[in-house]
Amino acid sequence: MIRSIRRIGYVFGILLLALLVNITYVQVFVADDYRSRADNRRVILDEYGRQRGPILTGPEPIALSEETKGALRYLRVYPEGPMYAPVTGFYSIVYGATGLERTENDVLTGSSDLFFVDRLQQLIAGRQPRGGAVTTTIDAAAQSAAWEGLSGTSGAVVAIEPTTGRILASVQSPSFDPNLLSSHQPQQIREYYEELLDDPSQPLLNRPIVALNPPGSTFKLVTAAAALASGEFTLDSVLPGPAEYDLPLSSRTIRNWTGEECGPNGEVTLIEALAISCNTAFAWLGNELGDDALRAQAEAFGFDTAFEIPLRASTSRFPESPDPPQTALSAIGQFDVRATALQMAMVAAGIGNNGVVMEPYLVQEIRAPNLAILRTTDPVIFDTAMTPQDARQLQEMMVAVVERGTAGILQGITDAEGRPVPVGAKTGTAQTGNDRSPVAWMVAMAPATNPRVAVAVVVEDGGLAEVSGNALAGPIARAVIEAILQ
Amino acid sequence: MSVAAPSQATPAVRQRTRRNVELFLLFLAWGLGVLGAYQVSWATGEPLHPRFWLTAGIVGGIALTTHVMVRWRAPYADPFMLPIATVLTILGLVAIYRLDVAALQRAERAEAPLPTPDVYNQLTWYAIAAVLFILVLVFLRDHRVLQRYTYTAGLIGLILLVLPLAPIIGATVNGATLWVRIGGLTFQPAELAKILLTIFFAGYLVVHRDSLAVVRTKFLGIGFPRARDLGPILVAWGVSLGILVFERDLGTSLLFFGLFVCLLYIATQRKSWLFLGALLFAGGAVLAYLLFGHVRTRVQIWLDPFAYSDAGGYQIVQSLYGFANGGLFGAGLGRGYPELVPFANTDFILAALGEELGLAGVVAVILLYAVLIERGLRTAVAVRDPFGQLLAAGLSITLAIQVFVIIGGVTRLIPLTGLTTPFLSYGGSSLVANWIIVAILLVISHQARKPAVASTAAPSGDAATQVFRR
Repeated sequence: MIRSIRRIGYVFGILLLALLVNITYVQVFVADDYRSRADNRRVILDEYGRQRGPILTGPEPIALSEETKGALRYLRVYPEGPMYAPVTGFYSIVYGATGLERTENDVLTGSSDLFFVDRLQQLIAGRQPRGGAVTTTIDAAAQSAAWEGLSGTSGAVVAIEPTTGRILASVQSPSFDPNLLSSHQPQQIREYYEELLDDPSQPLLNRPIVALNPPGSTFKLVTAAAALASGEFTLDSVLPGPAEYDLPLSSRTIRNWTGEECGPNGEVTLIEALAISCNTAFAWLGNELGDDALRAQAEAFGFDTAFEIPLRASTSRFPESPDPPQTALSAIGQFDVRATALQMAMVAAGIGNNGVVMEPYLVQEIRAPNLAILRTTDPVIFDTAMTPQDARQLQEMMVAVVERGTAGILQGITDAEGRPVPVGAKTGTAQTGNDRSPVAWMVAMAPATNPRVAVAVVVEDGGLAEVSGNALAGPIARAVIEAILQ
Repeated sequence: MSVAAPSQATPAVRQRTRRNVELFLLFLAWGLGVLGAYQVSWATGEPLHPRFWLTAGIVGGIALTTHVMVRWRAPYADPFMLPIATVLTILGLVAIYRLDVAALQRAERAEAPLPTPDVYNQLTWYAIAAVLFILVLVFLRDHRVLQRYTYTAGLIGLILLVLPLAPIIGATVNGATLWVRIGGLTFQPAELAKILLTIFFAGYLVVHRDSLAVVRTKFLGIGFPRARDLGPILVAWGVSLGILVFERDLGTSLLFFGLFVCLLYIATQRKSWLFLGALLFAGGAVLAYLLFGHVRTRVQIWLDPFAYSDAGGYQIVQSLYGFANGGLFGAGLGRGYPELVPFANTDFILAALGEELGLAGVVAVILLYAVLIERGLRTAVAVRDPFGQLLAAGLSITLAIQVFVIIGGVTRLIPLTGLTTPFLSYGGSSLVANWIIVAILLVISHQARKPAVASTAAPSGDAATQVFRR
């Protein structure tokens, strides 16, 4: 019988081997398929079962995880709610994550390779990895000044530190409450999300970096930079500035917003043309320089580049092959020129930083669960858009806009010690379409020769006149500048 | 599977008992359990019971007592079987404790009434199982005594099998009628029946194997038995089908038929019995599939569990998700979600372990079973008397079939059938029965390995001839 017992032994040996092969197949080869199945609750339980790291502004959390009594152990909470929504995004069991919650997910969950040592310790100890912290570049005072300024209107504010590219403020209105999208009640989340989607004012749109608007007269900064770069113009160059400029090859004309000539005898210097925002002079200038020069200058400031800050920003555009009338319109920021608030802040920052444009970024540093700093973002030069000489001339021109031009509201800003600070700026108003109200812009930087902040404000329901940039967007820009300087 | 016979041929040589190896392995098993409990407590943040060390001490005491009894009554027995049974039992206790913690924490969060923990019940059953283990060691000095009770065992075994069908005491749980409830106590008589029926099969086949081995007709090169000798296998088949029909218990049905066919083959060495058995099994399977809805459902769920994931397939799908979540090294004890699998502490206890200990843990468990089964079969090969050979082989085979059927089921290698995972699963009947099996195997092993110098019933010459002949 011994032989047959052995044979039976071999049979069961093979059966047990089959068990081993099969369990290896289940736990290793198809495990990822099983994990990614929609009805696998373990993935969500796992995600919500560990403490996600906070998103910080300075020492204050703007997103943090709180322990709950429910099946999902941690709830994501946003103490400032809608104010920081374009920065944090939301973290939803239904709609996934957006904003920094999405781009910094690996850090916040603790699964980033930066935490290798921590994870090794946790693996050995058998503990769930804790999430790391993300510190933003946001300045709480500037953010809150921008938030208050925008309240009741529709628009966006971006503030940048010109020397580094740090984003100091990124605010939108209308915004949404990420708390309501990050709750543990799917029904409530769905209802709120549908409501936001149906809202014609598009609260879910990340306006500061995604919304594209015609930059209007603020684009004259780019045209002026191109003019200086051509070597044929200085700030004192005299340009034709009639009341109307006949568009070449067309019966249409461009008119000044005042309807008058820009200077005596229809002539005006470059600096005065910028100060009073003379459309005819800049339209003429645009055709003198040509669309290639304008485009090259725009691209040096960041147009036609999709920035990841690390949130993905829209690409600001200068039209590809405009004919002369279109070039003239483009030179004053109309036609098909489109820019984000982030882009126009970068233009002001680049001018202020003596022509050097920095890559914008939103993440200052990444900290381990024990708060040790693991990585600090180093500023990176994006491009040199202007020579320092040209940049200084343009700075002077921007100061003229404040001192005697269209941005008078920015006069008299002082620093923390009460000393007056020179501020450079440019206003703008742009038609966005026949049925929509125009947008009002204010682009500014201060102190003008060595700026600590560059800001772009866009208000979408602006008035018709050029003054609206000053009247609507100006106070917001002023508040943000004062928040930084004081 | 080497045969221990050569050393037995020289009676003067003193056999090493290797009891110290057993003691050392038992200590490891106990330490593993303590570490496991600590890990669960630490990872879940649930403080250990203030009297944890008392509990750990009791477990250690039980393990030590079983070891001392083996040292006393069966000193030459195999040194690995007791530690393996113990480590599996302790692993089961840890898994059940872990599931208790999960249930407790869920209730706490939901502010629901706190559930009663299962681990203390299981600990009590371990103690009872150990008592029966010791009783077997003490009163069963020689396994050959059991051969005298062949028909008694068969009769009682059969009665136990049909007991759940009896009025009043029989009980149906989750669709299967395999429980007996007396007072507050429930028991699965099939677990004890499997031991009694193994004794019966062994005793019966030892006597009748010569006639069952007679070849009448040859077909396809395989010799087939005489028609009148087909009786026993047909009866076994009928009884198995009966269990399936009346108790709706696929697992037990498969276990008995498989065991009988394997033993028939071992006793007669005729492959034709395996062939016939496979044929009858296939016939029975087709018949069951065609006639019974619950069998059909099982097969459909097996083929595509995800199509039924919110109905009948929920359990197996959750089990697979648990295994997948575990991956190679597991989520770590206390860090998975084993409570998402319904009945995680009985049929699906391996899914709970697989999620938290990973492939590494599951492979370790399967290998422990493999070694235990191999040691049992090795005992069968080493023992001198044919009854002992059949009995040891039969008991090992019941373990093997059970392990294959339940682990194959929860990992979707084969359709799911409700059987307990030996030693690991929560449940007294199964634990007690499997510990009795280990006790009997140890007794046989002791008989096989002890030096033949003393005058035993079987003279060494006889054993040598047998080894030579087979």
